[in-house]
Amino acid sequence: MAAKNIMIVGVGGQGTLLASKLLGRLLLGKGFDVKVSEVHGMSQRGGSVVTYVRWGEKVYSPIIDKGQADAILSFELLEAARWTEYLKPGGRLITNTQQINPMPVITGAAAYPENLEEKLRGLGIDLDAVDALSLAEEAGSSKAVNIVLLGRLSKWFDFTEAEWLEAIEQSVPPKFLEMNKKAFALGRAC
Amino acid sequence: MKQLMLGNEAVARGLYEAGCTFVSSYPGTPSTEITEAAAKYPEIYAEWAPNEKVAMEAAFGASLAGRRSFCGMKHVGLNVAADPLFTLSYTGVNGGMVIAVADDAGMHSSQNEQDSRHYAKAAKLPMLEPSDSQEALEFTRLAYELSETFDTPVLMKMCTRISHSQSVVEPGERAEAAPRPYEKNGSKYIMMPGNAKRRHPVVEKRLAEIADWAEHASVNRIEAGTDYKMGIITSSTSYQYVKEACGGVYPVLKLGMVWPLPEEKIRRFAGMVDLLVVVEELDGFIEEHCRNLGLACAGKNFFPAMDELSQNLVAAQLTQERRAGGKLDEVIPPRPPVMCAGCPHRGLFYTLKKNKLTVLGDIGCYTLGAVAPLEAMDSTLCMGASISGLHGFNKAGGREGEGRTVAVIGDSTFMHSGVTGMINVAYNESNSTVIILDNSITGMTGHQQNPTTGFNLKGDPCAKIDLESLCRAVGINRVRVVDPYDLAECDAAVKEELAAEEPSVIISRRPCALLKYVRHPGPIAANPDKCVGCKSCMKIGCPAISISEGKAVIDNTLCTGCGVCGQLCKFDALSGKKEA
Repeated sequence: MAAKNIMIVGVGGQGTLLASKLLGRLLLGKGFDVKVSEVHGMSQRGGSVVTYVRWGEKVYSPIIDKGQADAILSFELLEAARWTEYLKPGGRLITNTQQINPMPVITGAAAYPENLEEKLRGLGIDLDAVDALSLAEEAGSSKAVNIVLLGRLSKWFDFTEAEWLEAIEQSVPPKFLEMNKKAFALGRAC
Repeated sequence: MKQLMLGNEAVARGLYEAGCTFVSSYPGTPSTEITEAAAKYPEIYAEWAPNEKVAMEAAFGASLAGRRSFCGMKHVGLNVAADPLFTLSYTGVNGGMVIAVADDAGMHSSQNEQDSRHYAKAAKLPMLEPSDSQEALEFTRLAYELSETFDTPVLMKMCTRISHSQSVVEPGERAEAAPRPYEKNGSKYIMMPGNAKRRHPVVEKRLAEIADWAEHASVNRIEAGTDYKMGIITSSTSYQYVKEACGGVYPVLKLGMVWPLPEEKIRRFAGMVDLLVVVEELDGFIEEHCRNLGLACAGKNFFPAMDELSQNLVAAQLTQERRAGGKLDEVIPPRPPVMCAGCPHRGLFYTLKKNKLTVLGDIGCYTLGAVAPLEAMDSTLCMGASISGLHGFNKAGGREGEGRTVAVIGDSTFMHSGVTGMINVAYNESNSTVIILDNSITGMTGHQQNPTTGFNLKGDPCAKIDLESLCRAVGINRVRVVDPYDLAECDAAVKEELAAEEPSVIISRRPCALLKYVRHPGPIAANPDKCVGCKSCMKIGCPAISISEGKAVIDNTLCTGCGVCGQLCKFDALSGKKEA
C-alpha cells in the first residue's frame, strides 16, 4: 500500500502534538511503518503549527508535501484554510470552527477572512466542520479541544473504540481521564 | 520491542547502548531533546553547561578520564565550541567522544541556516549523518567505535527533520564500556607548538585511514535502480525525499558518512550512470567534492542552496511531476509566533518602546519583542551580542546614543556568553545600561534549567548563581531589580539608569508564565460600559486582548490576569476579575 498521510494543524499551545503522538502509537501497534514529524521551538509560541503523520508498509519522507494529505485535521478555521494546498484531490478536511485571531488580525494589519467554511466547500473539499470548543466545554474543559477532534478523526480509522480509549489513557494525566473520555465520545458521536 | 522515537531520543538511546556515561550540552533547537532524553537514563551523568564551548571541553575531560562522553548542540552552538573542536582533532580521545550538531535548514527556530558539514572538513574530523531514528541510534553506537578505533572525536550531524521526526526504532541492550585508564601523555594532550606540529601529521594520516574505511563501510551503500540514465548521491533527509519521489527507479549512493568521502566508491558509482546528480540540503558540499574528483555532476544548478528540500521539490526536478491541492483565492493572514499572554517580557518591552529607545537584542523568546506592535528591538546577532554590541555602540557613538540605548538579554543567554560582554562594559568603562530579562528558565527551547535557576538538568536543587552579586563582582555598581508587571517601576528604572553616568544593570525579574509552579490570578473581565475603544491596551500585543465591535474583549482561555493591560487603561475598564 502507498503511505497514508494525515496533517494535524493548529495554533501553538492547542495540543496538536498530543494528538499526533497518540495516533502514531496506535498505528505502530498495528504493525505499520510510521513517521511523525513535528517542529518545536519558536513556532510553538502561538504561531501556526503543523504535524505530519505518515504510515504504510514503508515510509520514506518524514514530511507531507502539497497535494499529498489524505486528510487534514485542523484545530482552527484559518489554519484549515492555510493548508488546503496540501490536500490530495478528494482528500478530507476535518476542522474545528473555532476562530483564533492571529496577531496581524488583532492589531488590525490584516482581516480574518469571512465565510471560510463556505469557501472551502467551494473548492470541492470534503469538509467536516465541528464546533470542538463547545463540545470540549460540554465535556468539562476548553483544553479538551484536541481530544474532541481526535474523536472526530477516529471515525476515519478502523481502530476500535477500546483501542482509542486505551491510547488516550496512556497519554493524559489520570485526573483528567474521565473528562477526556467524555470529550472523545462527544467528538466521535457527532 | 519496536518504538516510535524522535531522532534525538534515538541518539540518546544510542548513547545509552554504547555505554556512554557523560553528557554535557547547552540547549538549542533542534538538538535539545538528545540531552533531555539522555538524562532519563540513570547510567548516564547528564548536565546543562553554561554554553557549548564549556560543554565540549567538559566532554573532552570525561574522555581524557577514559569514559565515553558526549556533547550536543545546534549548528550555531558549534560556532561557539569551534575553538576546542579544532584542537580536539589534534589531541584525539581516550574514552570515545561523540559530538552531535543539529542544523536547522529552513530556520524553524534559528538566526541563520549554516551547513555544519564544513566543520568536519575544516577540523579534519569524521562526520556521520543518519537519515532516520533507527540510523540515529545505530550511527551513535558506530560513532563510539570509530572514535576509539581511530582516536578521534566523531561528529554526528542531525537536522530538524531527523531530530524532530519520530520513526520506528528497535532498541538494543546497553554494553558497558570499560573505563580506559588515564595515562599522562603530554605529546598527545598538551597542544603547544612543538607537540602540535607532531600531531598534525597524525591528523592527516588518520583522515586518510578513515577515508579508506569509508570506502568499504556499509553506511555508504549503493542501492540498485532500474534506470541508469541517472544516478543520485544523497544523504540524511534528502535521501528520504529522493526515495519518496523516485522510488527504486534510479540507483542511489546513500552516504551515511559525509566526511571524509569515499572517493573510489563515488567514482565507481559515477561510472555506472549517465548523469550524476547530487541531492543535498543547503550547500553543495558533496557536489563540490565530486567536482574536485573531476566528475561532471548536477546539483545546486537544480536544487536551492537555501531552505529545506522536500519530496515535491525533488520530484519536480528529477521526475518532472508536480503536485498541489486546491488553494483559496483569499489572503490568509500569517500567524507568526507571539509573546504568550502573561509573558513577563511584555511590560518591559512596552517600557522600551514608550521611551523610544534603541535596543540591542539577543537570542531567546524575548527576540519576539521585535515584532509588531511592540517592535522594540534594533538588532539580534548571536548569543551574547546584545551587551558586547551595546558597548561598541556606546563607545563609538558617545553621548548621543548612550542615554537612549540599552541591551536586553535573557538569564540563560547572559550565563552563556553575556557575562563576558558585561566584563568588557565594566573593564573598558562604557556608559551602558544592560537589562537582564530574568524569567528564571531557558524559555524558547522549552524550559531547561540554567545556572541561575537553582536546579540542575535532572531537576535536583543545586548551586544558584546570584545575578546581582555577579554583576557587582565584575564591577557594575548600579544594579537594581524590577518587576516587569509594574510599568511605573520599569519606566522609572529605565529613565534613571540611562541618566546615570556609569554602567548599570536592570534585572527584570519574574518567572516565565508557562512554568508549572507559577500561579496566576486568573482572567480579568473587560468592562464594556467603561471601555471607550481607545485601543491603548492593544499597544502591548497581548494575544488575549482583541477589539470586537469597538470594545476590548478578553480571551478567558489565554488571559492569566497579569494586569499589565489594566495599567494602560485610563478608563478603568480592565481591572475587574472574571466571575468564577
